[in-house]
Amino acid sequence: MTTTPNERPAQGLRAGDAETAPPPSAGAKKLGGVAGWVDDRLGPAKGVNYLMKKVFPDHWSFMLGEIAMYSMIICLLTGVFLTFWFVPSAGHTVYDGSYVPLQGVQMSEAYASSLNISFDIKGGLLIRQMHHWAALMFIVAVSAHMLRVFFTGAFRKPRELNWIIGCILSMLALVEGFAGYSLPDDLLSGTGLRAAEGFMQSAPVIGSYLAYAVFDGPFPGEAIIPRLYGVHVLLLPAILIGLFTAHIVMVAVQKHTQYPGPGRTNSNVVGFPVMPVYAAKAGGFFFIVFGFIAVLSALVQINAIWVYGPYDTSAVTAGAQPDWYMGFADGALRLLPGWLEFEAFGYTLSLNVAIGALMLIPIMYGIMAAYPFIEAWVTGDKREHHLLDRPRNQPTRTALGVAALTFYGVLMFAAANDIIAIKLNMSINDITYFFRAGTFILPVLAFWATRRICLSLQRADRNLVLHGRETGRIVRTADGRFFEAHEPLNEYERWKLVGYEEQRPLELTSGVDAHGVAAPGAGKLRARLSKFYFQDVVTPVTPEELAAAHHDGHEHEAIEAAEAAEIESGERSGAGHH
Amino acid sequence: MSTEHSTDTVRLDEGHHIGEGGIPAQFVNPGLPPHVHRMSDESAAGAKRAERQIAGLFTLSILGTLLFLVSYFAFDTAHRTWVPGLGTVSTTNLLLGVGLGLALLGIGLGAVHWAKTLMPDEEVVEERHVMRSSDTDRAKFAEIMREGGESSQLFRRPLIKATLGGALGLFSLPLLVQLVGSLGPLPKNHLSLTMWNGHPDGHGDYTPYQERPRLVTDPESLPIKASDVTIGSVYHVLPEGLLPSPEATEEEAREGLPHGFLEEKAKAAVLLMRLDPSDFKDTEGGKKALSWSYQGIVAYSKICTHVGCPVGLYERTTHHLLCPCHQSTFDVTDDCRVIFGPAKRPLPQLKIDVDKDGYLIAAEPFHEAVGPSFWERG
Repeated sequence: MTTTPNERPAQGLRAGDAETAPPPSAGAKKLGGVAGWVDDRLGPAKGVNYLMKKVFPDHWSFMLGEIAMYSMIICLLTGVFLTFWFVPSAGHTVYDGSYVPLQGVQMSEAYASSLNISFDIKGGLLIRQMHHWAALMFIVAVSAHMLRVFFTGAFRKPRELNWIIGCILSMLALVEGFAGYSLPDDLLSGTGLRAAEGFMQSAPVIGSYLAYAVFDGPFPGEAIIPRLYGVHVLLLPAILIGLFTAHIVMVAVQKHTQYPGPGRTNSNVVGFPVMPVYAAKAGGFFFIVFGFIAVLSALVQINAIWVYGPYDTSAVTAGAQPDWYMGFADGALRLLPGWLEFEAFGYTLSLNVAIGALMLIPIMYGIMAAYPFIEAWVTGDKREHHLLDRPRNQPTRTALGVAALTFYGVLMFAAANDIIAIKLNMSINDITYFFRAGTFILPVLAFWATRRICLSLQRADRNLVLHGRETGRIVRTADGRFFEAHEPLNEYERWKLVGYEEQRPLELTSGVDAHGVAAPGAGKLRARLSKFYFQDVVTPVTPEELAAAHHDGHEHEAIEAAEAAEIESGERSGAGHH
Repeated sequence: MSTEHSTDTVRLDEGHHIGEGGIPAQFVNPGLPPHVHRMSDESAAGAKRAERQIAGLFTLSILGTLLFLVSYFAFDTAHRTWVPGLGTVSTTNLLLGVGLGLALLGIGLGAVHWAKTLMPDEEVVEERHVMRSSDTDRAKFAEIMREGGESSQLFRRPLIKATLGGALGLFSLPLLVQLVGSLGPLPKNHLSLTMWNGHPDGHGDYTPYQERPRLVTDPESLPIKASDVTIGSVYHVLPEGLLPSPEATEEEAREGLPHGFLEEKAKAAVLLMRLDPSDFKDTEGGKKALSWSYQGIVAYSKICTHVGCPVGLYERTTHHLLCPCHQSTFDVTDDCRVIFGPAKRPLPQLKIDVDKDGYLIAAEPFHEAVGPSFWERG
């Protein structure tokens, strides 16, 4: 593009003046010139061309990850603004800003500068509230994105590594959020730090050493604010951005997954190219998320630090609550009974604290990160998967996910046991006992209910394929009988409901493997788990079944009866297999 | 291994085998559905309307920017406005936020609307390729690595291998030691001592008092006469000498609190309550609590034994103390035994007495560490 034809006059040998074909517009010409200048030096055209033509599938649930990415960028942007005014110091000062109720009050420089941002820097409150709202939105979006990935099976091969990176990102986001809301050094955030110090003390053997190392001596000390600041603005953002970049590059390399549908296969991607459609849609969506957060921050107050007052180690606010994403850990602390603290030989082991405060998050994320490997082991499936599952077509995985979500939900609501008690005028003791039992009982109930719902939905799909859609049109036959006319699905609608893979439990046919060696215990465990996953599987309608249903179509009741009998016998034979 | 990867890929678009009777065992992917045209594809008027809508949204963005700029210069930060549904709010926060929001939303909505109405909406198909590299490439990689190891003589010279391994294993130690070693001081027994033990020397140790310290109110720093503590009252109490004395001038008070003030307060804060002596439970704990009290006036550490929040709520009728962080509940009539919640240990009691002037003093320091449990608290 920048090579110049020889017949051009010397004056024309300038970048942008070398077009042989008439340029579409002056703007495009200028762009071509700049691009040419860059390409002469770095040669990115080939790679960029590839990226610009890359196809991304369309679905609303794919925007959850986008929201996460954009809110993170907004956090970075507004966070940089805040660093210009925030003073990360626990040094004592006397407030003399324009917020009258706190004038003359002794406080830390961190708190005083947070007040200044809120009251004396024009637009400072807006930036601070945008930072906080974007952070909350970030973690909401990350969580929703994770759930989408889990329930659609997008974590399967070849994406296990990206799922692990996602788990780490999500866990670090919690820490980043906690570090951030601890910085203003108001009474609420100081109470959070006070509890965090107690958590550290509960670590077996090294607890007091850990706490003294982190806080540089006794609580609160003057080191924690500047240390948290370094972690919050430098260390964690650097890790987050690094991992996030790897996350995105892996999505590009592996190409995005897609939902099953007509024309979509495991070996193609159906969607829109980056240029121009996704550039406009995704770029536009960034502005929508940004704009939404700006309006939200203009209209809805968040973390009114001036109401709480400066941190005082002997004061506390009633109804102290962490930000929502720390709720589940706080809830676990409220539910763990005191008898989990043990004393022996002059040493104290505070499992009533350590389980909720130190072990819960790593264990939870550890299980999440390991799940793809567990499922792959159970199913014995080593293939690449680029087509997503509809959650109903994986009843056991979906049920496990909902059970885990229920467990999380119980803990999160338990963190609001005092608020619930006050608002609903109930006994806090009863509520806590209910949640304690619920931690164990509700996930089991949720598992069972979800699996039943998934199987029912699968059967409803089968019904729809076999008998078509109810039209509401009642037909009277010549002999005076009535039936409702059903409209068959067209092949595109039908494919969505039948285009999934039938999964059968692995069979442990005999106690020996192919080489005549006795199967180890793991083989049995695997067979049992496989049965647990797939024993109730509902198979997709086959053309034969559909033909049979159509053939009998005149005798409407006969089909339904036959159908019901068939499903039952299928279930029975499925169960009888093992 | 060499040909397996092609069968590794699930191809739902290919029927697997033909069943008896000529009907496929499974349905076959019908391919992309026919494309449905949009209003803007079919009529020039529709496209023109879309163009106007998009331009309208971009114009809204420009107006939003103007709103932001005008409000930034027109209003002072202290300016307040009453808005229905929101109450009295900061005018700049409201207008700057709405202005910025419109400026951004206009661009975003305009771009998305553009993409949806005027840009191509026919889906494109891109082929995927299996992630795994070809066998030749994998073999080549193995060969390069092997060749590298070979030509560097790594495998042939175990001495280099062993020492390099040791060096790489150890080099992070200096960094680790520096970090871990210098982060903070060792706790020694400082978590077990408070300002009720003695006067703080600023390094975590305490010089024992000549006279047992008085209990003073927080924040007034006034000593407490036993006769002034009525039944049902509750005082926030600190050891004498921690707060600036009440005689300090305004200037002195403004100078700032002494160094280490918050750290001492975090351990020494005490709640003082008076109960009718008959209210104490007839248990071992209740009897001990009464014997450490002064005529029913009891003092307990305010720092929760769970994770260290200040125990902030006192129910005067039931004599229960409640920690607002995780709802541990302590029964004052039974030596602050935990009757509910996640804490295990009772709040430590401070044994009190009166001095010759009738003011309350701490007869003894706490007998155990206050606050959250830790391994060696004993």
